[in-house]
Amino acid sequence: MAAINREDVAHLARLAHIEMSAQELDRMAGELAVIVESVKSVSEAAGDDVPATSHPIPLTNVFREDVVGHTFTAEQSLSGAPDAAENRFKVPAILDEA
Amino acid sequence: MTDAILSFEEAMAKYDPVLGFEVHVELNTKTKMFSSAPNVFGDEPNTNVNEVDLGLPGVLPVVNKTAIESSIKIGLALNCKIAETCRFARKNYFYPDTPKNFQTSQYDEPIAYDGYLDIELSDGTVFRVEIERAHMEEDAGKLTHMGGSAGRIQGADYSLVDYNRSGVPLVEIVTKPIEGAGSRAPELAKAYVAAVREIVKNLGVSDAKMERGNVRCDANVSLRPHGRERFGIRSETKNVNSLRAVEHAVRYEIQRHAAVLDSGEPVVQETRHWHEDTRTTTSGRPKSDADDYRYFPEPDLVPVVASREWVEELRATLPEPPAERRKRLQADWGYSDLEFRDVVNAGVMDEIEETIAAGASSTVARKWWMGEIVGRAKAADVDPGQLGVKPATIVELGKLVEAGSINNKMAAEVLDAVLAGEGSPAEIIEKRGLAVVSDDGPLLEAIDAALAAQPDVADKIRGGKVQAIGAIVGGVMKATRGQADAGRVRELILEKLGVTV
Amino acid sequence: MTELNTQDAAGLIRSSAATLAGKLAAGEVSAVEVTQAHLDRIAAVDGGERGVNAFLHVNTEEALAVAAEVDSIRTAGGAEAEKLHALAGVPIAVKDLIVTIGQPTTAGSKILEGWHSPYDATVVKRLRDARMPILGKTNLDEFAMGSSTEHSAYGPTRNPWDLDRIPGGSGGGSAAAVAAFEAPLALGTDTGGSIRQPGAVTGTVGVKPTYGSVSRYGAIAMASSLDQIGPVSRTVLDSALLHQVIGGHDPRDSTSLPDPLADLVAAASIGNVEGLRIGIIKELHGEGYQAGVENRFNESLELLKGAGAEIVEVSCPNFQYALGAYYLIMPSEASSNLAKFDGVRFGLRVLPKDAPLTIERVMGATRAAGFGDEVKRRIILGTYALSAGYYDAYYGSAQKVRTLVQRDFEAAFAKADVLISPTAPTTAFKLGEKLDDPLAMYLNDVATIPANLAGVPGLSLPGGLADEDGLPVGIQLLAPARQDARLYRVGAVLESLLEAKWGGPLLDQAPSLVELVETKVVEPVETLVETHGGSH
Repeated sequence: MAAINREDVAHLARLAHIEMSAQELDRMAGELAVIVESVKSVSEAAGDDVPATSHPIPLTNVFREDVVGHTFTAEQSLSGAPDAAENRFKVPAILDEA
Repeated sequence: MTDAILSFEEAMAKYDPVLGFEVHVELNTKTKMFSSAPNVFGDEPNTNVNEVDLGLPGVLPVVNKTAIESSIKIGLALNCKIAETCRFARKNYFYPDTPKNFQTSQYDEPIAYDGYLDIELSDGTVFRVEIERAHMEEDAGKLTHMGGSAGRIQGADYSLVDYNRSGVPLVEIVTKPIEGAGSRAPELAKAYVAAVREIVKNLGVSDAKMERGNVRCDANVSLRPHGRERFGIRSETKNVNSLRAVEHAVRYEIQRHAAVLDSGEPVVQETRHWHEDTRTTTSGRPKSDADDYRYFPEPDLVPVVASREWVEELRATLPEPPAERRKRLQADWGYSDLEFRDVVNAGVMDEIEETIAAGASSTVARKWWMGEIVGRAKAADVDPGQLGVKPATIVELGKLVEAGSINNKMAAEVLDAVLAGEGSPAEIIEKRGLAVVSDDGPLLEAIDAALAAQPDVADKIRGGKVQAIGAIVGGVMKATRGQADAGRVRELILEKLGVTV
Repeated sequence: MTELNTQDAAGLIRSSAATLAGKLAAGEVSAVEVTQAHLDRIAAVDGGERGVNAFLHVNTEEALAVAAEVDSIRTAGGAEAEKLHALAGVPIAVKDLIVTIGQPTTAGSKILEGWHSPYDATVVKRLRDARMPILGKTNLDEFAMGSSTEHSAYGPTRNPWDLDRIPGGSGGGSAAAVAAFEAPLALGTDTGGSIRQPGAVTGTVGVKPTYGSVSRYGAIAMASSLDQIGPVSRTVLDSALLHQVIGGHDPRDSTSLPDPLADLVAAASIGNVEGLRIGIIKELHGEGYQAGVENRFNESLELLKGAGAEIVEVSCPNFQYALGAYYLIMPSEASSNLAKFDGVRFGLRVLPKDAPLTIERVMGATRAAGFGDEVKRRIILGTYALSAGYYDAYYGSAQKVRTLVQRDFEAAFAKADVLISPTAPTTAFKLGEKLDDPLAMYLNDVATIPANLAGVPGLSLPGGLADEDGLPVGIQLLAPARQDARLYRVGAVLESLLEAKWGGPLLDQAPSLVELVETKVVEPVETLVETHGGSH
């Protein structure tokens, strides 16, 4: 595993949509390098034969019947919105489609 | 900027196309994939939502059982294996129509995989399309771009978000690369999407209306020179939302790729957007590091285990498969192979079935759809079903013609008027004063006049040359400005001249 | 309503929830009096420069209204009064990670400042059903990320035992509120120890239930596969009572266990541990643990042994990887869970300082301004662990370690009915002491994390004061999944043995807070009370 560097952090910050100043990137890269180093042993702890556990208590087939429940009014939906218009959430221009 | 394209024939002379499709099917469950809010089209913005669909802090998803069952049914109808265990995964990316900034989808464990679909082409050959997987996911909300030009994303001042569609259950059907279609690639593309649409509609798991986005297609196209094995670089054309558009988009992309390859440039792996108005695609964005979706198993949901008993129970509920249905309908309707294939290729089988169900004979239904409506759809450049012809209209027109109230020519005129929104057939007939002259009195007068005007023709008929009657009938029709029933006119002329046929 | 004299009020706030419930049922005191006494205590000790700062919002009006309702139902008598829940009228504080209608929910973050949830968490609904007045929302490390409550965007909470020390975290607010007699009960959330470690350093009881036994619906998620809501109290019995209110299946949480809840209150009342095998986890004491912590731990072992328990030693060799696995799984899930805080639908929106004004840049600026350093650190770390090329080495490996930790627990529980360890390696450290050293901060959770990875329940109870600093030490009990009842059984017995030794509850030895708070306060107390009405 490669050590984490400033460019990695800049890339990750873009992926995570967090703007970071140059100083922040420097500091974060230093801190993360230490943390990543400390968790390194995890990748060598288990062999290929060990299955992964994603849920601590295994359950399966937890479903909901297809029955309509409560809904919000547009006013309720938009109650916390930073900006809204025409009963919809308003956002600044989007550069490009995902 | 418009892209250079090669002619389709030239492209085919040099390259083999390889296709791939991702078809998104919106399920018609009562509620959303992970919330109990209603799955309803076209209501007031942000009213078919609750805290889960808005992705508010603290919410958790719960899977809709019916959506799972619908997905399994789709998998079975596509001849897929149904996974004994599968899981949901999070696909992480930021976009304002995605309330959690991740889409709950399936990644390496789809519910259905390894299937196929046999597609019949217009010449009767059957082409097998291999299905890689069908997986479950949730739809996003709807963005409307305001300001700028014509609602396009480019140059918009701001966008408005409606989350009513957020969380609507989707099944995404992904094909394996489709090779060997050659110049039939555009036709195959259309036929494949039509077949998927037909299947999900037939299963009753989707409303399957492409114009409403119930079935949406992303088409992947790449080209490789004849004889080369390695695939070329592909483009992915998004949101091709009608059957004709699928055919056109694939054709266009083949032509565009060919031009790029001919110029010696590499094809860019990118998303393309289809524009119905110009029949072209434009560049979206290239694949980039923003496409690191960081998939991981959705920790808020538990695995779905489809027991073999459950799968078999669902299999038992499957309706007749479309191919078998076609065989049955052809027999019921008494169409020849050629007639039936034309109907299927014209994409009006469902419409004919509905028309017959509404009370028309199979002959009348075919006559109208194939003889009148398909032509009009072609002229208007839309799918026949999109013209908005109601089965009841056909039934009414058929009855009026049969009763002799109007003739075929008038009926066609009435149909145009119905499509122009002028009212029901009866209203239009009334308004325009259309009626076959059925009182024999005025007809006999017109016949006498016509016979008197052409005595030589009258003699020929009397002498047994019945085919000469057309000239007299024509005269009568002219005199009655086309309102006479030509069949009745013929009868009356023969009667008058004492000729029996 | 008659005014309570100071002595009566002091008696009320120092009473356990069980005692209050008894007095309320007997009509010896009204719910309004009980609630008011706690609100007065909050006003006296929580605000100001040197206040405990356990509360981010005080819910005065609604709490008193709910209390008044309970009183009128009780006064009217009849069937309605019969149906009242045993804890009706007993007030409670709620960690501000749990959403509530009618009060702001901030998660300790600027990004949610002023946000009001339009829905209630399932546990809050259950509190309302039981008619428990909600005193307010308690402070926490931002999005529950931290072990000291210093990462709250609204200032740190102070430890009632020493106002210059941390109250633990992330649920420092809930633990401090209970330790400072501002509330008899509180709700916490525990992802890697956020209920138990604050319990340990404030001399209170905290329980992380079996994963899935309390609904997570409405708890703002940090790490979905680790998070669990649980009770915070001053006695083991009180935690059992509260656990019974909030526990049990919830169809809104897919990971909620379908099992019926065991009778935890009965378990807390069994009163003996004879024949029970109690396992010392070799890896969770000794080296790295403060001497005073180790001493109190050994003392508890002696007491249990004296009460007839069999003490055995077990080894969990894979626990050495638990902290590392936790610091991969937790940030990975958190990086995804916290993506929704983007300035589009709710909460803070910050515009970029320069053009162009695009939604991408608004999201970037909002998250830059709205999240604190620790949250950013974990989001970046999690984004890294999930990103292409690293998934298998990091997230994938960590999930495998989870399996190994579970296997260690299985082997240990084959030899012991309940496991025991110190809850935290040290007593409360000084505010600011570890703020610049994330890794040192993470080490606080070394003993609590394995339970979250494996989903097993854990309880921390006061084990006495460390000899060297006179600060509380926590004893952690762990049981197999779904066997939360065992924790209450053993915990209650150990608690009574310890209290017999101390001659009363440990918190009786805590300093008188009012004086401590007042000595440094510039304004007169009256002013303090008046300015404390709303959120701060």
